[in-house]
Amino acid sequence: MSAQADTQVSSEATAERRINMIEAINEALDTMLARDPDVIVMGEDVGYFGGVFRCTAGLQEKHGKTRVFDTPISECGIIGVAVGMGAYGLRPVPEIQFADYIYPGIDQLISEAARLRYRSATEYIAPMTVRSPFGGGIFGGQTHSQSPESMFTHVSGLKTVIPATPYDAKGLLISAIEDNDPVIFFEPKRIYNGPFTGFYDKPVEPWKKHDASVVPEGYYKIPLGKARQVQEGEALTVLAYGTMVHVAEAVAKEKGVDADILDLRTLVPLDIEAIEASVKKTGRCLIVHEATRTSGFDAELSALVTERCFYHLEAPVERVTGFDTPYPHSLEWAYFPGPVRIGEAMDKILKD
Amino acid sequence: MADAASNRPPLALHVPEPKSRPGDPVDFTEINVPEAGAQARPDEATKPDEMKDLAYDLVRVLGDDNKAHGPWDPKLDPETLRTMLGHMAMVRAFDERMFRGQRQGKTSFYMKCTGEEATSVASSMALASDDMVFPSYRQQGILIARGYPLIEMINQIYSNAGDKLKGRQLPIMYSSREHSFFSISGNLATQTPQAVGWAMASAIKGDSRIAATWVGEGSTAEGDFHSACTFASVYNAPVILNVINNQWAISSFSGFAGAERTTFAARALGYGIAGLRVDGNDALACFAAQQWAANRARANQGPTLIEYFTYRAEGHSTSDDPSGYRSAQEREEWPLGDPVMRLKNHLIAIGEWDEERQQAMDLACAEEVKKTTKEAEKNGILGHGLHHPFHTMFEDVFEELPWHLQEQAEQATREREIKWPDKHPKDTAGKGAGQ
Repeated sequence: MSAQADTQVSSEATAERRINMIEAINEALDTMLARDPDVIVMGEDVGYFGGVFRCTAGLQEKHGKTRVFDTPISECGIIGVAVGMGAYGLRPVPEIQFADYIYPGIDQLISEAARLRYRSATEYIAPMTVRSPFGGGIFGGQTHSQSPESMFTHVSGLKTVIPATPYDAKGLLISAIEDNDPVIFFEPKRIYNGPFTGFYDKPVEPWKKHDASVVPEGYYKIPLGKARQVQEGEALTVLAYGTMVHVAEAVAKEKGVDADILDLRTLVPLDIEAIEASVKKTGRCLIVHEATRTSGFDAELSALVTERCFYHLEAPVERVTGFDTPYPHSLEWAYFPGPVRIGEAMDKILKD
Repeated sequence: MADAASNRPPLALHVPEPKSRPGDPVDFTEINVPEAGAQARPDEATKPDEMKDLAYDLVRVLGDDNKAHGPWDPKLDPETLRTMLGHMAMVRAFDERMFRGQRQGKTSFYMKCTGEEATSVASSMALASDDMVFPSYRQQGILIARGYPLIEMINQIYSNAGDKLKGRQLPIMYSSREHSFFSISGNLATQTPQAVGWAMASAIKGDSRIAATWVGEGSTAEGDFHSACTFASVYNAPVILNVINNQWAISSFSGFAGAERTTFAARALGYGIAGLRVDGNDALACFAAQQWAANRARANQGPTLIEYFTYRAEGHSTSDDPSGYRSAQEREEWPLGDPVMRLKNHLIAIGEWDEERQQAMDLACAEEVKKTTKEAEKNGILGHGLHHPFHTMFEDVFEELPWHLQEQAEQATREREIKWPDKHPKDTAGKGAGQ
């Protein structure tokens, strides 16, 4: 399965261009603002300035101040008004400047957006996409580095999407915006500009050298709930998403491990078929994420693999994660689940 | 450091305490009840800080003589006044019957709005029927004023097979898109920024509809309320923030939301929002204030925060017994009277009503509620079998049923066959077979 195999590319999507993830996200927003007059982009610093990571650069000038605008510094208010806008019939795309800042808005997400369709028996829905940069590796300290995805996967009624390439970022974001359910769209900010491999002491390659930076212009979608086969292999399965897809890929390459790597893309709904098929093929499963370990999404994945593939497993499921500490500033690379931690886990799982 | 500390006086924490507790005499003399008609009515375009006295005063129309006074008199025709009174009487009759129904075991929970009928009935009558309302849980008066069928309300309260919310919500957490009535949450004050967002959307689209929200004084302490005020102010949103100050949040008196220091209407001033403080037991003042705020919002003059000063005459809910924390004398001696009685007496005073007609109307309301209750009971009462099909539990979590919910739905169906092997026909997960 190639990156493009399961996507829906419209006729207007053409031309080989190479762009980074920020540009891909900007294009997705631009495309949707142009296609759907009900799409609204809002958040702290997203208007005139174009966002602290530049994801919304130029959008206000192009689409106008009532379509793309700055908000007060109130995540509760941002998500709360987005619920009301959705009830009106708009399709808001609020940005939370860092995933670490999302907690003041979490009641509006969990108790309101996620439950509105259910509690009103479809009278009202919350078709919002909450974009937010997440993850570490940028010396962001404990308030600009967290990976809180598991909190959202635990909530019934929310979808959680995490792209790992520019191509996916654009196609998944367009799908998320068109989705009638609330979607948490976490953008791995460490790979906004290039596919970071975890070898922090090596120069970072820009996206332009990566095939997945070839992004069509215009509108195309990647369906939510479908994993991406990063590479095929026989020795073990790697389940990863976001930045860690590239780290795992690099480690497998360096160690010469014939890994079957799945980029999950969407945590809820999860592509359980792809996971089962891969683990039943390899008999070994390594789960990698950057978030803290206890009650992380790795635990859910591990349980699902054990429940569904137990008799195919040749070794216990292994997990590689961040440590259960706040994200430390100066010791970032000691914290990060990089090549050493992943390499050891691969050795262990292959030895059994 | 130690020396400095020893020279400083010890600090003392203030924990608010209401003026009376069970068995205590009640003293309401500190409540300022101004003369009806004494308050100026500024133009709807007035700047908030040029009308700030109204955030501390009390707008009143109905005087002790039962006549309407002053510039806030909305000058409603007698037919409208009778309709208003009829809605308020219906709310009261409905509350009585539903409260009794809960005591009879027909449902789990109910909340009356006794003493606060004017704050929802009269105020919502000042809005257009397609203005969007984001209520809290004690605004059944809005639905009744907007003509929502009583049977829909009772089906929802009974969580029965006729409940259009499919038995998912706690009783009284209504929703009716057809009546521009937002789904009630149960988490407090969350509806306030949502109302602002709806109003912003309406303004973005160049629509002419405005939004209004209702929140209790206790929940104005939630961050959501302050976010709502900030967003309403920043974007000059066409929204009305109605704060129902009924003095009590379950057992916590309004002092725990800041009432010892200032009024709730005065919250508006710090945000640059127009603030009005209104006699919430005066239906004409409630109507007039909401009408003023609606005119203001519709003319792009911005949001208004209205505090309705009223009294929660009954317990918080059927799960509450107020005799455990407040004096029973409070209700008896409440200085602003009863909103239904005051409107009735006004209609009588202007020669448009009499006790006989009132009695006939009360009887008709009670009869209609009773008849509708019987009709609703055909769809079942809570816990007695008639409910929506099992599979509906898994529907509408998402627009489409994902695999993990499909698996859980199949498990629920298997469990049902074990738990109730004789009572229910076999249900295939995904098809949602009926009972």
